[in-house]
Amino acid sequence: MATAATEIKVTPEIAAEHGVTAEEYARIQKILGRDPNITELGIFSVMWSEHCSYKSSKVHLKRLPTRGKLVVQGPGENAGVVDIGDGLVAAFKIESHNHPSYVEPFQGATTGVGGILRDIFTMGARPIAVLDSLRFGSITTEGDVDARFTNATKTDPVTIAANRRILDGVIRGVGHYGNCFGVPTVGGEVGFEPCYSQNPLVNALALGIARKEEIFLAKAKGIGNPVIYVGAKTGRDGIHGASLLASAEFTEESQQKRPNVQVGDPFVEKLLLEACLEAMRTGAVVAIQDMGAAGLTCSTVEMASRGGTGIEIDLAKVPQRETGMTPYEIMLSESQERMLLVAEKGREREVLDVFKKWGLDAVVVGTVTAGGLAVVKNHGAVAAQIPAHPLAEEGPVYNRPLAAPASRAESEKDWFRFAPEGSNLAENFKKLLASPTIASKRWITEQYDTSVRTNTLAGPGASDAAIVRIKESEKNGVMRGLALATDGNGRWCQLNPRVGAMHAVAEAARNVATSGARPIAATNCLNFGSPEKPEVMWQFSQAIDGIGEACTALGTPITGGNVSFYNETLGKSIYPTPVIGILGILDDASKALKVAFRNAGDIIILLDAADSSSGLDARREFSSSEYSKTIGGIVAGEPPAIDLAAEKRLIDCLVALAAAGSAQSAHDISDGGLAVTLAESCFAANGLGASAAFNENSSAEYALFSERGARAIVSASPTNLAAVLATARQYNVNAIELGNVTREAALRIELKGHAAIDSPLDVVRDAWANSLERTLVTR
Amino acid sequence: MKFGVVVFPGSNCDHDAFYAIGNILHKQVEFIWHQSQDLANCDAIILPGGFSYGDYLRTGAIARFSPVMKSVEKFAKSGGMALGICNGFQTLCEAGLLPGAMMRNSGLRFICRHVNIRVEQTDTPFTNAARKGQVLKVPIAHSDGNYTADEATLAELEKNHQILFRYTTPNGSDDAAGNPNGSMHNIAGICNRERNVAGLMPHPERAMESALDSADGLVIFKSMVEALVGAAKATA
Repeated sequence: MATAATEIKVTPEIAAEHGVTAEEYARIQKILGRDPNITELGIFSVMWSEHCSYKSSKVHLKRLPTRGKLVVQGPGENAGVVDIGDGLVAAFKIESHNHPSYVEPFQGATTGVGGILRDIFTMGARPIAVLDSLRFGSITTEGDVDARFTNATKTDPVTIAANRRILDGVIRGVGHYGNCFGVPTVGGEVGFEPCYSQNPLVNALALGIARKEEIFLAKAKGIGNPVIYVGAKTGRDGIHGASLLASAEFTEESQQKRPNVQVGDPFVEKLLLEACLEAMRTGAVVAIQDMGAAGLTCSTVEMASRGGTGIEIDLAKVPQRETGMTPYEIMLSESQERMLLVAEKGREREVLDVFKKWGLDAVVVGTVTAGGLAVVKNHGAVAAQIPAHPLAEEGPVYNRPLAAPASRAESEKDWFRFAPEGSNLAENFKKLLASPTIASKRWITEQYDTSVRTNTLAGPGASDAAIVRIKESEKNGVMRGLALATDGNGRWCQLNPRVGAMHAVAEAARNVATSGARPIAATNCLNFGSPEKPEVMWQFSQAIDGIGEACTALGTPITGGNVSFYNETLGKSIYPTPVIGILGILDDASKALKVAFRNAGDIIILLDAADSSSGLDARREFSSSEYSKTIGGIVAGEPPAIDLAAEKRLIDCLVALAAAGSAQSAHDISDGGLAVTLAESCFAANGLGASAAFNENSSAEYALFSERGARAIVSASPTNLAAVLATARQYNVNAIELGNVTREAALRIELKGHAAIDSPLDVVRDAWANSLERTLVTR
Repeated sequence: MKFGVVVFPGSNCDHDAFYAIGNILHKQVEFIWHQSQDLANCDAIILPGGFSYGDYLRTGAIARFSPVMKSVEKFAKSGGMALGICNGFQTLCEAGLLPGAMMRNSGLRFICRHVNIRVEQTDTPFTNAARKGQVLKVPIAHSDGNYTADEATLAELEKNHQILFRYTTPNGSDDAAGNPNGSMHNIAGICNRERNVAGLMPHPERAMESALDSADGLVIFKSMVEALVGAAKATA
């Protein structure tokens, strides 16, 4: 679209080019009582874009549980806020930056991290940790199976190369922003499925800490108060990022959208962080809102709308990086590292001085007004004039049609066929450990600064959740800790969105509990295809039901997040991929549980809270597993059945074990099943092995690699064994002694008296530890 | 005894150094703003890690021209104790207070992980509490830590025993396997000829507590404290 001067006459065709439908255009005319000018049309188009207005998701999001006794701030502000005790609160939220990360992986990822960090410190909280949930297309042809099509072809070599390039750019971008800003990137997950070729998912979660009384909200208040623009200058980058990039699917020409991608500068963001927190401490700041999607437009309008006021700004005063920018461009620019704040009248000097000290632009650009109008002037002339509340809150809301996709004809023939008893599983196990989703992500996470701020008690892979301590909470040498985990299995959601979404919640909560922390709240990032497709809306609606049910059952209300629709390329939607982030509290951070086995001779115990007969045919359930995909080349059936009550019992049991200090290590059973869990606890232990034996009345492959939920492996010293078993009984969790941690560096798993896996640790460790680097680094 | 931690725009390990000195060593410490030329009567100056001035141009290249560096140079030249960590080390090299320069890591990627460094000299204010040959486990977190100097400079450094820390394997062997970033002679940290100014790429301030996986960095800060106590006694 050509950038337009104010004089351009708006027609329904121009409105359509802005992604504004005929009905939406009529609604604009009704709100204004006249035709909009081009700047006003631009403002409406971004504010009413899917990305900013949630017009297709709103009716469903209402079904999510958002209240809880620890929730201080639920959805609707820049981030969710929960009470973590001692007068402290945690602000956290997850957000997507998928489309920009495909078009320009490095900048897309950096600005994704930058945006979520701003959301956190806008609330007055200092960011202390970042996690990233990433999904890429296949980077190897192993396990390259697409559940969307019955006769899918393998990903071609050109696409595989492109996927590796996207991964590299995203990893560098995520790392660069956090490393420079000075926040540790402590966890998250990386997954691979062919459906994410040409549509990677980059979901960034940030966590911050503040004193409860110091939380800031984005509500313009006090008629006559000055409106101050701070931070980086406005340029022409990112215009229509929210509307044309984030709210439309990709076509062959998508690479041409590169100018819509913003460019990040973490150095400026670091200055902005310090300056904002310092300015807030002056007491002269009334409200603050970051300029993210839809930039100056969104920040001015939303602040006024939330505060029930009007706002008037003059664009001539806005610091600009380029000359000759039109009001349209200034209002729609998504230049990064900018904030809008409202100061107390007469005290603006105090605020401006702080920003000057940090070398940042800070300019009074307008005032809070009575009457509810958002007035945008340019050199005194009115460029746009729109009632703020209707613009922000009375946008279109769609209850789009839903339709379950025609169920794929499925027969037993499509299901995984278990190998006969006595087969050699060692090779398959090695292959599974080397598959990109299961293999160690060390090569990736070492490119992130994981230890800056000296709070990281468990970085990537050390515990099932990332754990940071809260220095501010110290009392008699005891500090609280916060645990965070993200999860989401798109393949399972493709097969059954409701159950898949429940698993996402359950696994994130289980991961938090496995680290010893009590799960208290959740944030969600909902990545889906086009809402204009009834099947996608059905997936969305199902997933919302699943998330709602699971969050209610596990006591983790949703405090915020975002919806990312239009994740499709050339008409093909990604797997529905809700990603759930769960936050937990550890009353004593030193009691955190980690994955690594600790001492030879410790007893290995399987905790299994569910009734082992799931009701699903084992083969059907197993066909959705990582093993089935990687080894059998089959993705079919259903995700494992889920038992939320069992998940809750296991969570409570794990939290109790950590608090009592009776367990030495804990690791949940998820991707790759029991065998992978045992192996990872050995790998993390550096030199210890494991010998386990059990009798399960099922095939060897199911016993070793099933991903059935509500299970974890813990280890305990012989003296603490009785205490662990007693705790398990107390929470009605089955505890099965599997064997011992061994001094010999070998992994031996015996099933019904036969060694199913018996391997020196080095052999299996090499497959797991180095496969990602071998795949991605060409020397 | 008072430590000063310099804050450049973009410093991001300033709080960590402050916490290490103030909360773990329980010594007096204050921040020194980059635009100040007043070192507030500090007895030792820390240039912390981070991305000063966004690392634009080159790491540390702009920081060296900041007002505070004029005072730091004067302080160092008159025998004051100054330690540069990571970006601080880069800045000291740019300022000419330490020889050599830092290139991009040989793998061309940012690396953050625990590495092992061997203490080479113990007759400095930064290492006097350590044992010669002691292997410390300390994290690195940098893109540009590949220590580089010409042959003559390297020979000087070796001859004058200015190399304080070398990257090694866990058992202390300074071979290629122990070198994370391609640094010449496996150099992780050096001091000036006068031995009152030192820099290292690893982050001892992140290795002060066993809860954070290693308390091996303590020995460097304890050495500085001991040196300052000794200096105070000498003047008393």
